[in-house]
This record gives sequence, structure tokens and C-alpha cells, in this order.
Amino acid sequence: MFSSILVANRGEIARRVFHTCRALGITTVAVYSDPDAHALHAAEADLGVRLPGRSAAETYLRADLIIEAALAAGAEAVHPGYGFLSENAEFAQAVLDAGLGWIGPSPAAMSAMGSKVRSKELMAGAGVPVLGVVESPGEADLPLLIKASAGGGGRGMRVVERLADLPEQLAAARAEALAAFGDETVFCEPYLPTGRHVEVQVLADRHGTVWTVGERDCSVQRRHQKVIEETPAPTVGEPLRQRLYAAARQAAQAIGYEGAGTVEFLVGPDGRFFFLEMNTRLQVEHPVTEAVTGLDLVRLQLEIARGDRLPPSPPDPRGHAVEARLYAEDPAHDYRPHTGVLQAFDIPGIVSRFESGGAPRGLRLDSGVTAGDEIGVHYDPMLAKVVAWAPTRDEAVSALAGALSRARIHGVVTNLDQLVRVLRDPVFRSGGADTGFLATFPSAPADPDCVRLSAVAAALADAVGSRRTAVLGGLPNGWRNLPSMPRRRSFTTDDSTVDVHYRFSRDGVAVVDGPVVGTVSADRVELFRDRVRHAFAVARYDDATYVDSALGSVRLVPVDRFPKSGPAGPGGSLVAPMPGTVVRVAVAVGDTVAAGQPLLWLEAMKMQHQLPAPAAGVIAELRAKAGDQVEPGTVLVVLEQVGLEQVVLEQVADEHVVREREQETA
Amino acid sequence: MKSTVDAGSREFAENREAMLAKLAELDAEHAKALAGGGPKYVDRHRKRGKLLARERIELLLDEDAPFLELSPLAAYGSDYPVGASVVTGIGVVSDTECVIIANDPTVRGGASNPWTLRKTLRALEIARQNRLPVLNLVESGGADLQNQKEIFIPGGQVFRDLTRLSAAGVPTVAIVFGNSTAGGAYIPGMSDHVVMIEQRSQVFLAGPPLVKMATGEEADEEELGGARMHARVSGLADHYARDEIEAVGLGRRIVRSLRWKKQGPTPGPVTPPKLAEEELLGIVPPDLRTPFDPREVIARVVDGSEFDEFKPEYGGSLVTGWATVHGFPVGILANARGVLFSAESQKATQFIQLANQSRTPLIFLHNTTGYMVGTEYEQGGIIKHGAMMINAVSNSTVPHISVLMGASYGAGHYGMCGRAYEPRFLFAWPSAKSAVMGGAQLAGVLSLVNRQAAAATGRPFDEDADAVVRAMVENQIEAESLPMVLSGMLYDDGVIDPRDTRTVLGLCLSVVICEKAAGPYGVFRM
Repeated sequence: MFSSILVANRGEIARRVFHTCRALGITTVAVYSDPDAHALHAAEADLGVRLPGRSAAETYLRADLIIEAALAAGAEAVHPGYGFLSENAEFAQAVLDAGLGWIGPSPAAMSAMGSKVRSKELMAGAGVPVLGVVESPGEADLPLLIKASAGGGGRGMRVVERLADLPEQLAAARAEALAAFGDETVFCEPYLPTGRHVEVQVLADRHGTVWTVGERDCSVQRRHQKVIEETPAPTVGEPLRQRLYAAARQAAQAIGYEGAGTVEFLVGPDGRFFFLEMNTRLQVEHPVTEAVTGLDLVRLQLEIARGDRLPPSPPDPRGHAVEARLYAEDPAHDYRPHTGVLQAFDIPGIVSRFESGGAPRGLRLDSGVTAGDEIGVHYDPMLAKVVAWAPTRDEAVSALAGALSRARIHGVVTNLDQLVRVLRDPVFRSGGADTGFLATFPSAPADPDCVRLSAVAAALADAVGSRRTAVLGGLPNGWRNLPSMPRRRSFTTDDSTVDVHYRFSRDGVAVVDGPVVGTVSADRVELFRDRVRHAFAVARYDDATYVDSALGSVRLVPVDRFPKSGPAGPGGSLVAPMPGTVVRVAVAVGDTVAAGQPLLWLEAMKMQHQLPAPAAGVIAELRAKAGDQVEPGTVLVVLEQVGLEQVVLEQVADEHVVREREQETA
Repeated sequence: MKSTVDAGSREFAENREAMLAKLAELDAEHAKALAGGGPKYVDRHRKRGKLLARERIELLLDEDAPFLELSPLAAYGSDYPVGASVVTGIGVVSDTECVIIANDPTVRGGASNPWTLRKTLRALEIARQNRLPVLNLVESGGADLQNQKEIFIPGGQVFRDLTRLSAAGVPTVAIVFGNSTAGGAYIPGMSDHVVMIEQRSQVFLAGPPLVKMATGEEADEEELGGARMHARVSGLADHYARDEIEAVGLGRRIVRSLRWKKQGPTPGPVTPPKLAEEELLGIVPPDLRTPFDPREVIARVVDGSEFDEFKPEYGGSLVTGWATVHGFPVGILANARGVLFSAESQKATQFIQLANQSRTPLIFLHNTTGYMVGTEYEQGGIIKHGAMMINAVSNSTVPHISVLMGASYGAGHYGMCGRAYEPRFLFAWPSAKSAVMGGAQLAGVLSLVNRQAAAATGRPFDEDADAVVRAMVENQIEAESLPMVLSGMLYDDGVIDPRDTRTVLGLCLSVVICEKAAGPYGVFRM
């Protein structure tokens, strides 16, 4: 076995590979970009090599630097993970040329599949059904799907509904492909909006054994990015499964494939299927296959790379596994990625990390981040994968939905809520989700009751927890001998402001026009809704309060009682007027000035005083010119404030005293 | 402490019912103070975009901090509205205990009447005695001119007190929300820190009409005393706010920047009483001739219901002992069976001296009918012993707090640190009564004197007329002894719900423990 392996990747997949390496006693080597200097994958590797820079192009896509790193750290082999350089045959070749082992198929096999256009031709030749490349699209070919030839993970993909959009979409797809894969080649194929994405996991050794280790249904996708994956595929019957296996085997054998790979098919509603592509690497969603087979696919990759033989046949899958990908992006706002500090990252019931073991049921977390991590803009917004497995699909899906619904993820917006709703959706539950499912999945109608009750909980938690000071801190909160008015706390959500009115009484705290209140503490509040008690967990951070309950997770921003005000009123206050000479006027009537912008200079007692605009506005009147002698109180400039009445700007000598004038007068 | 109170007993239920009835009457009077000038003036005030006095206070206070409103019944029983057009109290602003004085402009424009003055002076006295920074939320049309003779001459004390506070190193802040004219102008004038509000504050010695009268000048209000003028020309305003909310925020910032160091010891850990405060409603019998055990009260007020009794076997009509309330060590003197004998007087004297030795604040729980009378007791030196106790109380230098639970009659009121003995705070329960003696006794004494006078002059004594007079006198005295009447006259700092006793004491103890520290003079306003 290799004694040391470098993983040319980051995040959860780097950690996944390290996990197996550690189990096998292999020294682990990480590479890390500058933002990742303290990321988990870099921190837990035995050795790390810095890739200077921030963008993927400067770092994880730099084949030369990675090979140098492997050599410098004494690594014997390179594991590419997925994404980045994982399907770059030139990189694989360069690794081999550097005398290092390559955990993956041969560069020839990679390049055969690396071009999606070429691979389609190859597969068609081998008798595998394919969706033909549309060379010169016309009206009849619509809708079309643009794909990056070197791509994966949805990047570079575009659906084109109108021919007029084609040039623009092609350009965008090329740019995206270039940025993500270093290759701008794109092509078009017919777009089947209602098919199912079914893929077959393949493992092949160099001795001719080819395994097909179950299939995966990855139809729940947003913008061609997989979100939920499961095995076995719920709508694939045994005859179709065998035909898919056979086609996958043909594909692998056609190119002399070696290692772990995935053959992707689009399965139509009529049961016809088409070869889409073959991914010559480990898939993101490989854990579902591990969960039902008990295999360690990374370990098998390493063993195959070393030249080991696979046993004659793979283990039979048992039960069902489903994976949800947790992304730092907002499904309600066009999947806009979100950045920020991950304040809390807590998913209950996790029994294992990066491995599935042999238990008949369980919950696995593969994550590249932990609470406190900064989620930046540079890389993929996927935070983690959560995998549940159980004897039946229904149990596995329920377990996953349950765990995610109780997860506490604070600090960045995620698709957590959408995942839970999909996993509990009747269409999904019945196995009816095709690739168009998520595009039409309704975004969550903000449950006003959930927001309202969460705000009540946050207000009450703050109310009882707000005073822990030495000054009268032991007295009942909000105590009044003459209670006169309810207290108020307000919060804003993305689209609303919620006011909560409450009063303290001898019996505790009560909400005005609100629910019955149970026990209240600084981080937990019980409220009754229709006689049912709900518990709300309240967590406060610098910028927001998060409230989690069975109703959902709500982010609330407390409204300050004293709104932050802009610059003080016109003229400021208590400015000592002084006599002097105007030495320079920097503005003219009609000029628009910003608050604080110097308007004129006044010389007095051999010092030059800058007179800045007290507020933004337009110069309405200039009553002084250079050389004027002015007395205290003289009006110099009249400033018309935007949206306000005219304001007289008098001599406002702030601390903006400039001394350069002294040199001139000396 | 063990309790023998049976909360399920009929007696308890009757006591409770009587107390709740009195609390309902009290609430009705408090509601008058809270209503300010009534819906019409409150609405008018709001329509001007202004906050009410209590809203200003609520905004000024730290969120969810406690606030003890003082003298809420001031002017009760007088011709002036209950509350006396000003709100005063103690609360926490920027983690600092402060005295807050806020004019209620919905009541006759916030104009001062004699009770406004007394209530304000009492608040300033509390600030001075306990070294609490003062925040004046000013909006007042000045003195009620028709009653100027009752206000003008004594009213000067407000400004003297403000600057003497400053001289004593106690900061003073004025936030001017509206009018602050004539004498009122000296409130910002005498304060260390002044906030004014754009287009709202108007501070001048004389408004345009008076200026016209005095000099013939046609003065413009804003030029004469507007916020901008004071912020930029006269220098009377240190801070210029655009609206009330910003002004209150500035007030909070000023207090924060005082970096006020609270003097005195920090309290120890706080444990609630083991017995329910709620049961305080059922302890005092409606008829004060029925005695009750003050230990039942103490057990529901002090930390952990723990009370170390001093001399329990001696002078049993007065309970004395040590406890902590909200973590503050205290000595407690509480009347048990009404009457103070020589032994009780001597016990009290010794206990007060001990408290002074250990610098422990004292709490007096009143339920006394006075010192024992009669030949035996006079011969036994009851005057000497009573004098001893009054001497000890008068010259004790630890802070005192009095709570009138029931009767507080005769010299007993003095010995137990009545108002004239300057306790730092004095509160009454709705069940309290205070007078030179009970109404029946006083009427009886008058009747006896009349009867003797009739006998001496040989006139026939009219029994029927006597009965009428006795009833009238008794009713008058009973009415005058009621806590709301006494509170209206500022003879206490408020009538409190018995269940709030522990909280009120905790708050007051926190402020009375501040030892003195002084500077050479007050800040001169430039």
C-alpha cells in the first residue's frame, strides 16, 4: 500500500479520503489555499502544503503546484477527489510522469470520457444508447441543454428554450466552463425535462474484473446540480437495472477502465435510457452506495491503483440509502450562494462520519466545515452531505428528514428547509420526482405563525435573559410597582418586522395578544399553540438571533431601540465661532456636496481651518469669497439639504484643522 | 423559619380578601396617576408626535430593568390631580441606578403645583442622600401662576439642590423635550449635561410675550430659546438631538460616559424566600386590633427565609434580628404585639447600636400602637426608655428603611423611625394606618375631656351630641390615618403591594448603601 497520499482537493472529499488513509495507516498530505489555511481538511492532515492565492484557478486547479507539493511532502500518490482536476487527463499524466501514483483511471481512459462529445461517439459505437450532439440547433431541436465537455456538477450547463437565447447562453456556459474546468468546450444535446437521472457505480481492476455496484437515482436537482441522491433507484425495476448495468459495463470495458467510475444515464418515462456521460472519478454521492453495500469505495480505489484484484463479484446491496446535500445557498432567492460565519452546525443523531459501517440503519455526516468556519465565496457552496440508511426507503427518507428538521445551522442561509420539505413531499415519497421536480417545487411560503411565534420566543428569551448585571440584577426583570405599558421588542426578518409586546407580572411573563407562555429561559422558551406546547431554542449572535423549533428555523435581527443616526443635525452643536480670513472657497453655487466635504478654508491665528459640509446637499448660496474678513457668526455658505428645508451653514470649525498653510505663510 | 400560617384557613382567606379590596382601591388611584391628563390631552400630546412621560422613562431605562416609581399618589386628597403632574422614580440607565424626574405635560401642560414641588424635592433628596445621578426629563409650562405664592419662594430649592448634587459629585442631566421656561430654564441651567431637541426644546427666562412686556422686543421663539440656538449660540445645550428618541439615546450615552462607580459593598448571592411572597396578602388582619406575628412577614421577605433573631426571649413585643434581603445584610425591627414596653425599647436601643457597630442597614416593620401607658409603666421609666430608643434611632448613622404594615401610632411611629426620623425610604402597605392614636381612642379621649369640662363647670353633658361628635371625630381620624391620604401628603414614598415588599426593599437597599464621596464644588455652566 502507498505510505503517503496527497489529496488534490479540499473540503469534505479531502476529509473523506484522509479518513480511509488514516484507517490504513497512510500518511495524509493536504494542499490548501489561503482562505483554507485553517480549514478542517488542512488542519487534520498530517502534512500540508500551501497553494498561494484564493481562487480555484490560483490554487486547486494548479497542476504544477500540486505535483510540486506532492514531491515536497514525500507523497507516493495523488488522489484527486471530485471536481477541480479530478477529470483532467493531463494532470493525471503529469502526476504519473512525476513518478507518483495516480488514484484513478488511466489518462487515456480519462480523456476518452473527458470529452463528452467524444465519449458519446464512443458509446454509440459500443451499442450504448446516447442522446446525439446537436451540431447546428434549429427550432425543432428545442429545448436544448448546453453542457461543458470537460464538466460536471452542473457548471457550464444551461437550458435553452428559445433559439434567440442560444448565443448568449453559449457564451455564458463557455465562460463558466473555462473558470471551473480550464476548458471552454461546450456542446448541445436535446433536453429531456422530465427524465430521471440514474447512474451506475462501476469498479474495475486492471485484471479485467468489472463490478457494477448498484445504481443511484439523482433526479432531484437544481440547475443540474444534484441535491438528493438515493440507492436503489425507486423507479428502476430489475429488468431495467440489469440493462443499465450491462450498458455501464460496456462503457467501462470499451475504454479499458480501471478504478471507480460512474456511468450516468437519463431514463425516460417510457423506460428508454440514454448514456449521458461517464465520470472517471469518485462521485459526491458515493456514500449511499457505501451505506447499502458496506464497501469503502476509497479503499477500493487505493487497492485497485496499487494493482490489487477485486473479488469476483460485489456484495449484494441491502436496504436503502438516501443522501441530502446541504448547500450554503438560498432556494427562495434563486439559489443565491450565501457567505458568512457558520455560527452553529449541529445535526442530531449522527452515528458516523465518512463511513457507513455494517449497521442495518444509521446516519452519516460527511462535512468539510464546522461551527466557527467562515463560508467564503471562492469554492463550492456545499457544506455537507447527510446520509441515512435503513432497511426500507420510507424509513431512510423519514430518518433523514427528521434529522435535518432538527438540525441547527446558524450564520449562513442554507437549503436545509427545502431539503426537509422535499424529503416529506408526497411526490418524492412516492418515488415520482424527476429531474424537473425541484424546478417547480414551490418555495416555502413563509409560515407567518412560525415567524410570529419564533419572534415571541426570541423576545421572551431576551427579556428574561437580558439583565445579568451587578446593578439590581437580582430583581425581577421589568418590575414596576405601577405597571403602565407593555414592553416591546421588535425583530426584522428578510421581508417583515415583527413587534412583540409583553408584560411581566407576578406569574411570570405574558405576551399581549399572543400565545400562552410556558417556561422561559434565556435560551429556551415554551409557547402553547392550540393547547400544544412548542419548544423554541433561541441562540444569539452578533448580528442575528436564530430560533429553532418543530415549526422551523427562523433568523431574526433585533431592532435597536435607538436607530443608528446619520450625521448630526445641521451645524452640529457648540462650535466656537471665530474671526478670520477666507483663504479659499472650494465649491460653487449649485455644487452637490457630500457630508464632511471641505467647502472653504478660513485662516485665523496662523492656522488654517477647514470648514466641511455638515450634511449632504446642494450649495444654494455663497456669501464669502477668498480674502473676505469675517466676523464670528457670519453666514458663509447656504446649503440646501436634499429633502429638507434650506440650512444655513455657518462657520463650522471642527477639528479639521490643517496646518500645511503655516508653511506657505512662514 | 417555620410558618404557622395556614393558607387554607378561613381567617387567611378573609385577610386576603380584605387586602385585595384595599389593593383594588389603590390601583384605582394609581390608575389616575397613570392616566395623566386624560385621553383628550394624551391624544393631543401624541398627535404632536411626542412620547408620554412614562414612555420617555421606559425608553430611557435599560431594557427590562426594574423601575420604582416614587410618590405616585402625591396630591391625593388635594385639589390637584393625583400624581402631581410629574413622574419620579429610581431605575437603571446604562447600568447605573438613577433618579428620574419627568414632567407629565398632559397634566395642565406639566405645570408645577405645590405637590409637584414637594414630590420633585423628595426625589432630589433621595438622589442626594443615596448619591444617585439625576435625569430630568423636562417639559413644563413652569409654575401654576395662580398658585405662585405656594411655589415661588420654596421652589428655588430645586435649583439649589441640583447644583449641590453636582457639588457633591452626583451628576445631573437634563433632557429638554419641550417648554422649560422662566424658573424651569434653570433646570437645564443647573444641570451638568443638557440635551435639547430640534424644533422642540424651548428654554428661555421669558417667552416672547413677557419679553414684549419687559422691553418691547419682538422676539422669535426659536431665536429666543430654540434648541439650535442653545446648541450653537448660547451654549446651554451640550447635545443636539433631532427627535425625542435620539435625545433619550443621548441621555443614555451621557450616563454611560459618566463611568459612574457605585459605592458601597456588592451584595452577596440572592436566594428567594422559601415561603411564598403571595401569602403576604393573608397575614395582616383587616382589624388592626388583632395582632399578627411579624415573623410571618419576615419569612416571606428575607433571603432563604433565614432570620437570626436577637434577644428572642427578651422584650417579646418587638422582634429583632439579622437577615439578608437580595444579598444585602440587614437588621430588622418589627412590632409583634403592638405595644412597646421598657424592655422592647431597651432591646431596640441595643440592637440599633449593634447595627451601627457593624454598619448594617436597618429595616423597621411597623405595627405599633405606641409606648405603654399607665402608672406602673410611667414609674418604670417608660419615657426614659422610649427616649432611649428615639435617641438611638435619631442618631443612628446606618441607612434606615421603614415599612408601615399595620398600625403606626403615637410615639411608637417615632421610635420605629417614622417620616420625621428621616428613613432613607418609607413605604406603607394598604393595611397601614398612622396617627397620633387610633380614631376610637382619640374620639374617646376628646369625649372624656369634654365630659370632665362639663362636670367642672356644672353643665349637663349631652350624651347624644357626644355620640355624634365621637362618631364624627373617629371617622375623620380614621380617614386621615389612611395610607393613601398620608401618601398624598408625601409622608411616605408610596403605598406598595405587600407582595412587592421584598423587591422594593431590594431596590432600596441597593441604593442606600452608597457611602459618601464629595468634590469641592459644582460644575459651573459656561
